[in-house]
Amino acid sequence: MSFEIPIGPQHPALKEPIGVRVTVDGEIIRDADLHLGYNHRGVEKLAEQKNWTQNIYLMERICGICSHSHATCYVQGVEKLMEIEPPKRGLFIRILVSELERVHSHLLWLGVAGHEAGFDSFFMYVWRDREIVMDILETISGNRVHYAINTIGGVRRDLDELQAKHILDSLEVLRQRSEYYQKLGTTEPSFVARLAGVGYLSKEDAIELCAVGPTLRASGVPMDVRKDDPYAVYDEVPFEVCTADTCDVLGRTVVRIKELMQSYNIIEYLLKNLPDGPIAVRAPRRAKPNEVVSRYEAPRGENIHYIKSNGTDKPERLKVRAPTLANYAATIKMLKNGFIADVPLIFAAIDPCICCAERSVAIVEEKTQQERIVTMSSLRELNLKITNYQARKREAEWPL
Amino acid sequence: MATLKTLIYLMIYPGLLFIFFYSTFAEWYDRKLYARFQNRMGPTHTGRAGVLQPIADFIKLMSKEDIVPERADRGLFRALPAFGLAIVSVGMLLLPVWNYTLDSPSATSFSGDIVVLLYLLSLPTFIFFLAGWSSTNLFSTVGGTRVLTMLFGYEVPLFLTVLTPAILANSWRLAEIAAFYRQRPLLALLNIPAFLIALICVQAKLERTPFDIPHAETEIVGGTFTEYSGKKLALFRLMMDAELVVAAGLLATVFLGGFPGGLLPGLINFIIKTLFVISLLSLLRATTSRIRVDQVITLSWRYLAPLAVLQLLVIILIKGLIS
Repeated sequence: MSFEIPIGPQHPALKEPIGVRVTVDGEIIRDADLHLGYNHRGVEKLAEQKNWTQNIYLMERICGICSHSHATCYVQGVEKLMEIEPPKRGLFIRILVSELERVHSHLLWLGVAGHEAGFDSFFMYVWRDREIVMDILETISGNRVHYAINTIGGVRRDLDELQAKHILDSLEVLRQRSEYYQKLGTTEPSFVARLAGVGYLSKEDAIELCAVGPTLRASGVPMDVRKDDPYAVYDEVPFEVCTADTCDVLGRTVVRIKELMQSYNIIEYLLKNLPDGPIAVRAPRRAKPNEVVSRYEAPRGENIHYIKSNGTDKPERLKVRAPTLANYAATIKMLKNGFIADVPLIFAAIDPCICCAERSVAIVEEKTQQERIVTMSSLRELNLKITNYQARKREAEWPL
Repeated sequence: MATLKTLIYLMIYPGLLFIFFYSTFAEWYDRKLYARFQNRMGPTHTGRAGVLQPIADFIKLMSKEDIVPERADRGLFRALPAFGLAIVSVGMLLLPVWNYTLDSPSATSFSGDIVVLLYLLSLPTFIFFLAGWSSTNLFSTVGGTRVLTMLFGYEVPLFLTVLTPAILANSWRLAEIAAFYRQRPLLALLNIPAFLIALICVQAKLERTPFDIPHAETEIVGGTFTEYSGKKLALFRLMMDAELVVAAGLLATVFLGGFPGGLLPGLINFIIKTLFVISLLSLLRATTSRIRVDQVITLSWRYLAPLAVLQLLVIILIKGLIS
């Protein structure tokens, strides 16, 4: 007997709205289908109405976890458009924050993985220690979530000796704790039993379905924008691309923990070799007509911003491709022939950030279950139609 | 006098009133310990150190809106929580805490009560299954089938291990088994492997991590209890707490020498020994991750059941040597 289980748009395993319809045969998943479009925020349209500087703060608010990733990706693109080169110290601080963000994002993911697998103690411990990196980010930028450290042409806040020392001290604690979690996450029998062999994605499939980030690297493909197309100062920072060859959720966990270790090394290197000098250069208000594609390795994978300028102080077009969108196709592949019990784990293993990836609105008819995608223009027409009608109605009922 | 004593037995100790207060206390203890294992505070506000929190939760749930799904089997859906609580409460009366004499069997302590108690502990599992099935919700149905699937795994090892000490004590009466091990404490040490296996099986019976599969929140929402709300959910939660106390009491009677000493010393014995068992269950809950339902079956039949049979064989051989 096979039946369809709706996971989402409201479900305890999902923190954001997305629909996963799984057709199950007993406990085994035969088919899976993703339904997107429960959330539309109009970020891209909004970006066309704001100037280059205002857009930094808009981009930062695409995502709450990888806020710095989107802002940096955008700022790098705009710097290319404006043909300015940020000073070295500014770049060092910028990627220092991005590595700290990677640490906080990966720790958050580890905790969530523990929670999805029903290992709440792991979750509580990891999130307790994540507070250390949140505190570091607060000392650098004054904020815990939206750091607002980027500006076009550099960064907004400098770093002093005392802060650098504080970060290095806290880093030691984090390193020890991460080693403990590595040991726990890969040896605790009941946890490993849940992760090993779950959500298999072969190397060929991962490449074919355009997976990105730790999902791709856990399938044994050493692809990382920081190495393949180094931006900022990544070409002079020593680090390794972490991979795993188990192609399952355990591999994705291992890759993320290894990346934590690499990030600690990068942060240490950056702080010890921080050059002197200014942190930002002055940026022009306008950008010449041109277009640019900016790539950035976010904690979840490759982030792409396409920016087109038309000579004014506003972008003509800004397209954001969040890493989660690239991983959806691979997720369907991973879900098939798994157990219902593994749905939250497999889904969480791509570290989904659903609202960052949502662009269109889908309408599902309640009775027929038919789905249609609504474009912005037709929504606007619909809106006009409704408001016109109401306006006429009001006029008709007006007594005077 | 005898009537009064029976009334006290049924209503106050160890009857309804004691079950209510002690099981909420056990829930608080479990929650607090679990929280401390996880570096959290646990309940703090209601009462001293949050000790009244489970009662507050109970009252809050009782006052909530109570919804019965349209397509559910209304009669069954409504009756199940009360049935479940009644069954577990009867189980509590069979524990040899007070009002029994070793020499003569009575209504609450008779030869074979260990089997009746095991049976009464099996019934809640069916209550959970029926609760899931009668809600006609997809998540509840999946939860219900998981309840039954798990039952096939842990039930046999649990019965084998709980009956092992009974065989060595040569009695099927809980009070006599407890008295036997009080007289010969060294023999109780032989049952330690059985005790550990029984702990794991009880954890599975109580559906706590790593066996909280039938109501795994991140997979199937509330599982069997998805459609339950208000009073019915409150009763179900009380039933699960009471089941925790009864199961811990059973293990304490069979493996830890029972609760001697009549009313007050017996009560203190009961509280200390059950809290000890609950602590072990909490520790197990805090240090493991939820496993899959097929892994429960593998675990039970590949490891727990053979070990339980081995233990049984050893006990039978030792019994032959002693007598």
